[in-house]
Order: sequence, then structure tokens, then C-alpha cells
Amino acid sequence: MTEPDALLTLKNVTKRFPGVVAVDGVNLEILPGEVHALLGENGAGKTTLVNILYGLYPPDAGDIYWQGRPVRIRSPQEAIRLGIGLVPQHPLLVRAHTVLENLALGMPRGFLLPTRGLAARIAELTRHYGFRFDPRAPVWQLSEGEKQRVEIVRALLQGARLLVLDEPTSVLTPQEARELFKVIRRMRSEGEAVIFISHKLDEVLEVADRISVLRKGRLVGQVTRAEADKAELARMMVGRQVSFERRKPPVRPGAVVLELKDIHARSDRGLPALQGVSLRVRAGEILGLAGVAGSGQRELIEVVTGLRRPERGLVRVLGAAPWSGKRPRIAHIPEDRRRQGVAGGLDLAENLLLHDYARPPFARGPLMDRRAVYAFAREQIARYRIDPPDPRTPARLLSGGNLQKLILARELHGDPPLIVAAHPTYGLDVGATELVHELLIERGRTGAAVLLVSEDLDEVLALADRVAVIHGGRIVGEVPVEKADREQIGLWMAGVEA
Amino acid sequence: MDDLVLAMLVRALAFGTPILLAGLGEIYAERSGVVNLGVEGMMAVGALAAFAVAQSSGSPYLGVLAALLAAALVSLPFALASITLRANQYVAGLALTMLGLGVSGLLGKPYEGAPLAHPLPEAGFIVTALLLAVLLWFFLQHTYGGLVLRSAGENPETVDAMGIDVYRVRYAAVIFGGAMSGLAGAFLSLAYRPSWADGITSGLGWIAVALAIFAAWHPLKAVGAALLFGALYHLSYRLQAAVSPEFLKAMPYLFVVVVLSLSALRKGPSGAPESLGIPYVRGERR
Repeated sequence: MTEPDALLTLKNVTKRFPGVVAVDGVNLEILPGEVHALLGENGAGKTTLVNILYGLYPPDAGDIYWQGRPVRIRSPQEAIRLGIGLVPQHPLLVRAHTVLENLALGMPRGFLLPTRGLAARIAELTRHYGFRFDPRAPVWQLSEGEKQRVEIVRALLQGARLLVLDEPTSVLTPQEARELFKVIRRMRSEGEAVIFISHKLDEVLEVADRISVLRKGRLVGQVTRAEADKAELARMMVGRQVSFERRKPPVRPGAVVLELKDIHARSDRGLPALQGVSLRVRAGEILGLAGVAGSGQRELIEVVTGLRRPERGLVRVLGAAPWSGKRPRIAHIPEDRRRQGVAGGLDLAENLLLHDYARPPFARGPLMDRRAVYAFAREQIARYRIDPPDPRTPARLLSGGNLQKLILARELHGDPPLIVAAHPTYGLDVGATELVHELLIERGRTGAAVLLVSEDLDEVLALADRVAVIHGGRIVGEVPVEKADREQIGLWMAGVEA
Repeated sequence: MDDLVLAMLVRALAFGTPILLAGLGEIYAERSGVVNLGVEGMMAVGALAAFAVAQSSGSPYLGVLAALLAAALVSLPFALASITLRANQYVAGLALTMLGLGVSGLLGKPYEGAPLAHPLPEAGFIVTALLLAVLLWFFLQHTYGGLVLRSAGENPETVDAMGIDVYRVRYAAVIFGGAMSGLAGAFLSLAYRPSWADGITSGLGWIAVALAIFAAWHPLKAVGAALLFGALYHLSYRLQAAVSPEFLKAMPYLFVVVVLSLSALRKGPSGAPESLGIPYVRGERR
């Protein structure tokens, strides 16, 4: 049954990839003027569904109706022509170009660039939605939130009547997210329909009118906000009970493991990135470092792990400088799993050995003992439930969650006294996230010092014993987690000092 | 004294013209994301085609046309290998240089030392090169086509998502770059010399590649850079009496090394297109 006034109707839409049914017989209706959330874990089929709507893949079966008429969406151009606009998770903007040039790229083509008329239309839209960005600024100067607004303006300029937002809050501060929700409500009040894709329950409950839950490609439930229940939604999403409030049990912190004193360092571009950072992390303690992307986190992590020499200041890991030969082993769970975390062309066993290859029992003189290596790999793979379990699989074929398990298995082996984890659950599904959290808490409890850098404030508050906030290369606030106030931390993240 | 300076400037312009023409072509190819190290080879092919056609037809203008077409044509296998087949651009470019030099040397044997009845004036080429620099700058900065070209070299995914064929953009830029190299070659064999000799390009193609980098991929800055290179080239020519010929032969390559080292020392972003040298594959994890 099709509601007569539905803007978009999906009937029995199915998409298979080799070995998986990514979207399995999904029926969905989007009404004009509604905010419809698609909730699901990574791999639930949300992104595949979006790609079908946006004409990137054709469905294998099923029908799509736009305002009651059957349509085939073969390319993004056709989606745009119908009035479907996509705001992708990672902005598809040319970083070197100005906002205006980026927006011109998506507009109907003439010979000359339509600078003046376009600037006027942009000004009108930005005023209407209360956005503030300079259309002549190059995109690389914009924050993630601003880039997202540029994408929204692009979709609106193209005449979108249905806006698809793919994981829009994953890169925003709480304040920026709240701004976004305001914009979404404003669009709804003007009759625009919005599909809001997320795996975060709280924000879905805050902004959506109706919520559809996807699990393993199937639509497993649909509720209106009024009848929605958080625990029930979570159960639908993962198919089992999930605990929310799992805080690390407090431990009595031990000796100082990591000490930073007045660290100054420059970024790759040669700009001051750290301007006098002082921090201490003790054994048995998790220090959560919150902050908006690009506030100096990367440089701080590099200084701590010995990848970047500070210009000034003191770094000590159990009394030794991290770049000295005497420093103890530091477990580094890097931000960029694919490039920094593994050697993609090497297999799982080889990747697991990147620290220990020269030690017995893996090394016998100058030779490697392959039997010991593969026995060890199989053991680790089973312990961390890495899939596929064949130690000869090249690491680059792993999904994000399994890649992270591989990195954890390698880095946590041998109980290093200091763990530096950068955005350890970014882009992971609930299952893998739980495992990462369990491991970090477990290591903290058994006496490791953990520096957790994350943009996900929920994660920081759930795991950390203390929360520090970095902004503009300085620690602008620090507070024990039991006294932490979300509003205050949000203000710190925005640069309002304590 | 003033006459001497003026004469030097004119000679610097003449020396700089083939570098500027080929360099502008290379700037376009590289702004679209493709490094083409085949400039030297394409230039040689252009020079021979221009001379052969001009001599047999008696029309130097037909010669110029032949140079444009021939050099564009030899850039096609490079485009196929480096864009469609995603071969390493540097290796494919080196192969193109060797191919162009070899083919032009072989086919050019009958024309060695032959006279040309109607050479073209250098001034025509010089003015054309300067005008082209301005036009190409305007196109790149102020037209939709230029924006698409620049975007293909920065974030090809974005261009793809806009429904524009990245490969087509890059093919067009590479073929255009080839034609510009051919024009540079025609200048050498129809105006500058005017004759054909094996090795007529004498490393100018490599300098054009360096020019693209030195000019920070900007067509107007390329004019100044070409003047500087032209002046240096002229100087080394003047020094022929004093310096060993082997050293002079090595000069162009020495320029390249020095200039690239200097560009690397510059502070801040180099202005290099972000996806320069990276073959585009849809949806690739990189």
C-alpha cells in the first residue's frame, strides 16, 4: 500500500554484492516535511541504500517511486534532477578551491563561471538558514561543520526536495550538531523531507519524526518518535541487549607513566600546532582528550609516540624520551588505520609481527620461524575474533572493524605500559566498538596508562577517568569525569576557556 | 649598453618561447592530474612533422598544423597507458620521450641538413606564446571548463560525483599538452633554426617540465619563469667559447635540478595539484 502523498517510496528493494545481501527487500516511505531517521550499525545497509537512492548502484530487485510514479535512478544527475540531494559523510569538496568554485561545479554548465548571480543566491540561502561562511574562502580553511553546510547549500541550490544526510554529526562538536538540528527543523517546516542516517540513538531521538531500523540489510522496525524507546531501538539495531552506562570502575592511579611539560610543536605546514601543552597520565588511568578535529591532537599523539620532535618542552614515558632507545614500548592505535596502522599488502600474520619479528620465538638468528609466526597469528586471530580468520589474508582486504582488531592485537600484545589510542572507534559498528572499549578498560584496570583521543564525547565520558579538552594547541580545561559537564566541555571544545 | 640589454631580452624571449609553449601544455596536463614526462619526445616529433610537411608542401602553416596533430597523436598511447590503464605516469612518460626521440631521429634522416624555403618569423611564435599564456590563464581561472580541469587534478572523486567523466577531462588535457609541445617543436624547426637535426630539442622538453613546477602550475607565472630560463639558456650559449661543450650539454639538466631544489625550499604549500600523478579509480581505497 502506497500512501498517495509519499514523496519517495521503496518497494522490496534488494541489492546483493558477492557473498552478501546488503539490502534485503526494504520497503520504505518518505513523506514530505518529515525527518526520517535510518538507524543501524555499520554494515546494516544504510550506505548501500543511500547509494541506490543517489543513483550510484542500481538495485537488483524492487521498485522506486517518486511522488507515486515509478522511476529508475541511474546516476547522481538523475537523482538531482528528481530533487534528491545527498550530503555525504566525508565532504566531496575540492579543498584547494573556494566555496564559490565548489558550488559552481555542481551547477548547470555555461562557458564562464556564474560568479555574481551564484554569489547572490548563496548569500540568500545562507542568510535564510543562518549559515556563516565566506564564499570566497578556500575550502581547506573551513571547519568540518562549515564544509557540511557548504554541501547542504549545494544540495539546496540544485533544488533538492529530499535531503539525505549520511552520518552528519560524526565530525561535529555538540554545539555544531545542535546548529545542524536547527537547520533540519527549519527545512522540515518548509516542506523539505530529510533522511537522517545515523547509528547514534540520542541524536536520532532528538531530531527524527519517524525512525526505521536496519539490521543486516533488513528493515527490522519502524516507529514514530512518540512511541520510540531507546533500549528497544538499541535492541532492534544490534539484535541483543546493550548496556549504555558502562563506566570504567575507578582505580587508584599509580605512578606517572606519561608526562608532558610545556610542549610546543609545529604542524606539517609549519604552523604552531601545540602551544604549551602539559599533561600527566598515571598507571591505571584513562585520560580522555576531547576536542574538535585539527586542534592539535595529531601533533600531540605524534609527540607522545616519538614520531614528531617538539620544538620545546619535555616528554617522558616512564622517565625516557619517546624517541630514545630506552623508552618502554608504547602501544599506538593510530587515527588512520589503513595507512598508518597496517602494511596493507602484508598478510595478517606479518602485520601481527611488526613489533616482535626480531624476538624469539619468531626469530631464530637471522631467519624467521614461520611455524611459530603462524601459530601465534592463529591464536591472536581467534582471541580477537578477526574475520576472515586466515592468517594469510592481506590486511588491506579487512573491513574497518577487523582492521582495528588486528591493530589492537598487535599493539596490546606484551602489555605495554602506555596506550595511545586515536579515535579508536571512529567508523566502527557497535560490536567492534564494544570490544575496543572493553579492551581499553581492561588494560586500564590492569595498570596501563591510556591516553584516549576522541572526537566522540560520549565515548570519552564513558571511558575516561579524567577529561582534558584541547583547543588551538592548548589544553583549555581538565576535569575528573564525575564532575564533567557536557555543556562546559562543549564550550571548551569551542575555545571558551575555563 | 641599452641595446645590449634589449638584444639579450629579445634572445631570452626567443630561447624561452619553446619552453613556455611546451610548459603551458604541461601545466594543463598536470593541473588535470597527469604528469607527462614525454614532453621532450613530443616536441621532437612536432619539430620533425613541421619541417617535413613545410618542406614538401611549401607551406610553413601546414607544417605548424602537422606539428600540432603529430604531437597530439603520439601523446595518445601515453594517455591510454597512464589514464585508462593506470600505468605509472612517470614510467609511461619516460617511454614516450624515448619513443618520440627515436621515431623522429629515424624518420628524420632524409631531412638532416636540408634547407627550408619559407621559414616563419620568430616574432610570430613569441607573440602567440604570450597571448596563449593569458588566454590559458583566463580559461583555467574563469571558465567552467577550467574549473573542471583544475578539480580533476585536485579531487577527481568530486568531479566524478558531479557526473563528469574524469578520464575524458584528463585525456583532453594530455592531448592538448601534446599539441602545445608540438607547437614548441615547430618553433624550433620552422623559425628558430630553421632546419631539422636529430636532437634538435636538446633538453628543452625537460626544462618545460621543470617550468611547470617552478611556475607553481600557473600560466602567467610561466611567462616570467620562461624568461628566466631563456636568459640562462642564452647565457650558456654565449659561454660556448669559454666552457667545454660537454658541460654545456649537461646545462639543461643542471637547471632542472637547481630549479626543482629551489622550488622545494619554498615555504608553504607548493601549489601542486593534490592528485597529481595518481591514476583515478572510482571508489578506490587510498
